Amino acid sequence: MRDAAHTAPGGHASAHAMQAVSAGAVHLGLGAPGTVHEIHEHRELGFLRKYVFSTDHKVIGIQFMFTGLVFFLVGGLMAMAIRWQLAWPWTEMPVVGRILFPNTGRVISPEFYTMLFTMHGTIMIFFVIIPLLTGAFGNFLIPLMVGAPDMAFPKLNMIGYWAMIPAAFCALISFGLEGGGPAAGWTAYPPLSTIEKAAPGSLHAQTFWLLALTFVGASSMMGAVNYVTTIVKMRAPGLTMMRLPMTVWGLFIAALLQLFALPVLTAASIMQILDRVVHTGFFTPTNLLVNQLSPETAGAAAGGQPLLWQHLFWFYSHPAVYIMVVPAMGFASDILSTHARKPLFGYKPMVYSIMSIAGLGFIVWGHHMFMSGMNPALGMTFMVSTIMIALPSCVKVFNWLATLWGSRIHLTSAMLNALAFVAMFIIGGLSGIWMASTPVDIYIHDTYIVVAHFHYIVFAGSVFAIFGAIYHWFPKMFGRQMNETLGKIHFVGTFVFTNCVFYMMHQLGIAGLMRRTADPYAYDVYAHLQPLNQFISISAFCLFAWQIFFVVNLFHSIFWGKRAGRNPWRSCTLEWEAPSPPGHGNFDRRLAVHRGPYEYGTPEVQEDYLPQARSL
Amino acid sequence: MTMSQATAIPAHDVGSPGHAHDAPAHHPTVYDYDSGPPVDRAKFAIWLFLATEVMFFTGLIGTYLVLRIGTVSWPNPASRLAVGVTAGNTFLLITSSWTMVRALHAIQRGDQAGLVRWLGGTILGGASFVSVQVFEYLELIHHGSVPSIDIFWSTFYTMTGFHGLHVIVGVIWLIAVWISAVRGKFTAKNYLRVELAGLYWHFVDLVWVLLFTVVYLM
Amino acid sequence: MRFLLTLLLIATLVLGVWTFMDAHNHGWWLPPNVSSYGPHIDQLFYLILGMVGFFFVLTEGILIWCVFRYARKSETKADFTHGNHKLEMLWTAIPGALLLVITFTQMGTWAEIKYKGSFPNVAPIAEVWASQFDWRVRYPGDDGKFGTMDDIENPFEFVVPVNEPVLFHLRSRDVIHSFFVPYLRLKQDAMPGMVIPVWFQVTQEGSYDLVCAELCGWGHYKMAGRLRVVSRAAYEEWLKKAKLEMLSNGTEDKS
Ligand code: HEA
Ligand code: HEA
Ligand code: CUA
Ligand SMILES: [Cu+2]
Repeated sequence: MRDAAHTAPGGHASAHAMQAVSAGAVHLGLGAPGTVHEIHEHRELGFLRKYVFSTDHKVIGIQFMFTGLVFFLVGGLMAMAIRWQLAWPWTEMPVVGRILFPNTGRVISPEFYTMLFTMHGTIMIFFVIIPLLTGAFGNFLIPLMVGAPDMAFPKLNMIGYWAMIPAAFCALISFGLEGGGPAAGWTAYPPLSTIEKAAPGSLHAQTFWLLALTFVGASSMMGAVNYVTTIVKMRAPGLTMMRLPMTVWGLFIAALLQLFALPVLTAASIMQILDRVVHTGFFTPTNLLVNQLSPETAGAAAGGQPLLWQHLFWFYSHPAVYIMVVPAMGFASDILSTHARKPLFGYKPMVYSIMSIAGLGFIVWGHHMFMSGMNPALGMTFMVSTIMIALPSCVKVFNWLATLWGSRIHLTSAMLNALAFVAMFIIGGLSGIWMASTPVDIYIHDTYIVVAHFHYIVFAGSVFAIFGAIYHWFPKMFGRQMNETLGKIHFVGTFVFTNCVFYMMHQLGIAGLMRRTADPYAYDVYAHLQPLNQFISISAFCLFAWQIFFVVNLFHSIFWGKRAGRNPWRSCTLEWEAPSPPGHGNFDRRLAVHRGPYEYGTPEVQEDYLPQARSL
Repeated sequence: MTMSQATAIPAHDVGSPGHAHDAPAHHPTVYDYDSGPPVDRAKFAIWLFLATEVMFFTGLIGTYLVLRIGTVSWPNPASRLAVGVTAGNTFLLITSSWTMVRALHAIQRGDQAGLVRWLGGTILGGASFVSVQVFEYLELIHHGSVPSIDIFWSTFYTMTGFHGLHVIVGVIWLIAVWISAVRGKFTAKNYLRVELAGLYWHFVDLVWVLLFTVVYLM
Repeated sequence: MRFLLTLLLIATLVLGVWTFMDAHNHGWWLPPNVSSYGPHIDQLFYLILGMVGFFFVLTEGILIWCVFRYARKSETKADFTHGNHKLEMLWTAIPGALLLVITFTQMGTWAEIKYKGSFPNVAPIAEVWASQFDWRVRYPGDDGKFGTMDDIENPFEFVVPVNEPVLFHLRSRDVIHSFFVPYLRLKQDAMPGMVIPVWFQVTQEGSYDLVCAELCGWGHYKMAGRLRVVSRAAYEEWLKKAKLEMLSNGTEDKS
């Protein structure tokens, strides 16, 4: 049948393409759904064009993946430093202490601590989770899963990746600058972030930090435009929107969230840059007195509103937290269904719930500002919308469980991590309900319950989904399989230690311990919490160390892993129709999609799966 | 621009990662399907891009309005800005939008000379708009009205400045299109890049009308 | 692997529930509660804890069962179903109803604590100023006005009478801080450029930690204050003494 595909509608289609190439534009005539034009390519590419400045979505995706993982290591190390300080404040770090902090008595200074968690949060969110989810897997999977040869705009895609480099540069240099790094938290609330005197440490660092954010924004924006266009305009014949795998849906929705939320953050951070550099007064209220010095007498404009920044920031950053989970939900859905050999339960509700999560996600940002002095009546409305957003997530959870019910689970490394995602997301999400209720949030706002909440979703949730996705799609990426035994060892340790680290943070929070404190034990109310913090820290170190099994497995498998065929998991979706790894233009035969993505255990055929592209 | 080129050659220079052991034959065929609404990809993407631009200016203008409503005594713009001059400038920009429409009509009729003429007019309009604005800035700064004076000037320069940047980008884009037009690259059948640049240009003008109203007139 | 994973998940569930049951024995739990509206907050806290606890046990339980039951080796195919309308309805409606319930039950408490309408109609007892990195309390003095010569500045300590509603103005001199007294279940950010009225009523004499809960710079961790709650008489007494001190050593630092 493959030959048949080749001798398909050859002539006129390719003629179209040629004309397109010469014309410098594909004109409207080609808009008819489901047309195909074959382009015959004969050019060989040099090493640079092929692996470094490549426009191939697969290469770019893998570039994103390794960049993200390296940053994961950096952010993880910072987390370890945080944990050290919280368990044994003002004590010298073994070995590294004298190297890192020679002039602060070999211990973490309080100022450096603020920089630590600021950069930890920034790196983990903007350089790890989002790039890994949308950058790495978005790039690698979308064209493959919709049956396209590449992204709609390969060059733009490449620029999108290279925009991450100045971003990373700004982020890291801001940490290296004299005086240290940005020290206003990843939320960068003014005036602390806008008035140099307020945080003497971060002279230019804060400005570079803002620049980094702007570049990341530009990168995500190009990515998002590309993803949406590719998904809408380049689907294989027969692949209707309602036949897309949940992964593609998740990435699609995440891209839309970025398109509509990110520009606002960009505008906001530009205004903050102006506040710092040319001393405009967007976020500087009148008659402040910072370190005995008023910004106005220092020749800066005033009359702005600090609260405004919070609105603008959270208008992006709340959708951003869903950007960090919606694709993960997609991965989990696909992995669960594939390795449980059972159709995803309630496909349509799953799609609609993702949509409503995204929609509601735009009207709940105020739940980060309940205590900020915002009008309490407004707080009430945000409370209602926030609690309602639990509902779609609820639908998803129960659909995942129903998918597993009566299934045939194969406990591969990928599956283990996907199951962990569900288990952990539940915990993280449920604690969200607490904070959504305004009166309770009065007490728990800015306590460790918040820290527990988002680490449960973002680390214990999204990161497990990412691990799962790596195990699941690795064969497609490198044509080899990862080592299952190592994978399982890695999973067990990671699961145990993750819970040891983050579960007890709930207790810290309930005891009233607030976040972002270099030394909680300065207060009587918190003095007795040190042993608990030490337990958490030790678990965190183990968690970090345990990742060695992953790193070893990853690199070993890239070179010496067992070769994988086209479809090692006997999966239904389109990416498995391509060779592993897919070559030039991804697919070597013409695709026609006949059904939904989850036909596992179907009675129609006697194997237990029926691929989307197989015609009966 | 990158966009339109990229679409033109959907599968251009696609490298393959790693050792493609069971990779397809030496002269692989690239299957590039076309689905969804019958709109060209580049046009679709431009609309998405414009959506992000809308959100960007929503952020800026929203900030402006909040600050303005929150400030007890906001100075009357007329007392600080040469509204008359800018009104003329606004008219100029709107005309450039009109000439852009004419340019598109021209090429749709296959009239390449007309395209070149009307595009040139549009570019002139945009360029002179920018120069007038630069002149206005210089005047103001000369009189010591810099962004760090007070919140009025902070917002004023940010709003108009960012719009100005967009106009400059637009002009550069139009010039690029104009050059291809001079080279006779466009025909009655193929004028997508003219259309794309036009969309962006109209958007920029629209934003200005809004800005002019809230910053200068209100 | 199947048994191991089942075990891990059971452990998560059991230990998870157990820590919440047992935490108070180790002081990893809500500190004692001495404010008038504190109990309402705690009730909500427990209500939601119960509800999410129920769903935690339910969902994790189902997950555990699925892993235990369906991860067995098996030659047969899985049940072939794409979903069930009734079930979807079920698990949308029931949680939805529950969520509506908690939504409405908590509105009252929020209004009671934060709405201007429900503030006690007493004169503000003091202005609490936050700045890097300390708390300053300013009592109005005889004229009952702030910012006048006879104000009484008291660093670090906020002295209030017990068992009566107290209203004060929260202000910040530089960056954002947050007025947090765990024992009162009371938190409110101090936003520069805003004067935020806050009220509370303490039911027990004593002195309680006042902590700053919003990142405000390198000294954030040590921006401690104290809330001292005394009898009405003792309060008057203290106020008199403070006035005399002000007069004796002149009225310095005003801003
Ligand atoms: C991926 C990231 C992610 C996700 C998905 C969420 C999901 C949710 N978040 Fe979270 N959140 C963060 C990341 C995330 N959050 C971060 C990073 C912060 C801190 C930012 C900072 O200050 O630094 C934060 C802070 C934060 C706050 C502010 C706390 C404070 O500062 O005082 C609030 C308050 O309402 C909140 C609420 C919620 C809610 C209601 C959900 C809901 O979407 C959860 C819905 C899910 C469930 C409810 C569980 C599954 C459902 C069931 C098992 C069915 C049965 C359940 C019921 C019927 C209740 N989050
Ligand atoms: C978004 C993702 C994310 C992730 C993954 C993490 C991961 C971790 N975080 Fe963090 N955290 C945040 C986001 C995240 N965090 C944010 C947004 C804040 C708030 C900041 C603020 O208040 O401003 C925060 C704050 C924060 C605090 C509170 C600080 C304070 O308020 O005082 C603490 C304290 O314990 C903490 C701890 C940890 C720990 C122990 C981990 C551990 O899970 C980390 C373990 C690390 C690893 C496991 C990495 C191992 C490396 C690899 C697996 C890659 C392999 C490499 C190659 C192949 C090259 N984090
Ligand atoms: Cu003041 Cu934190
Ligand atoms: Cu949020």
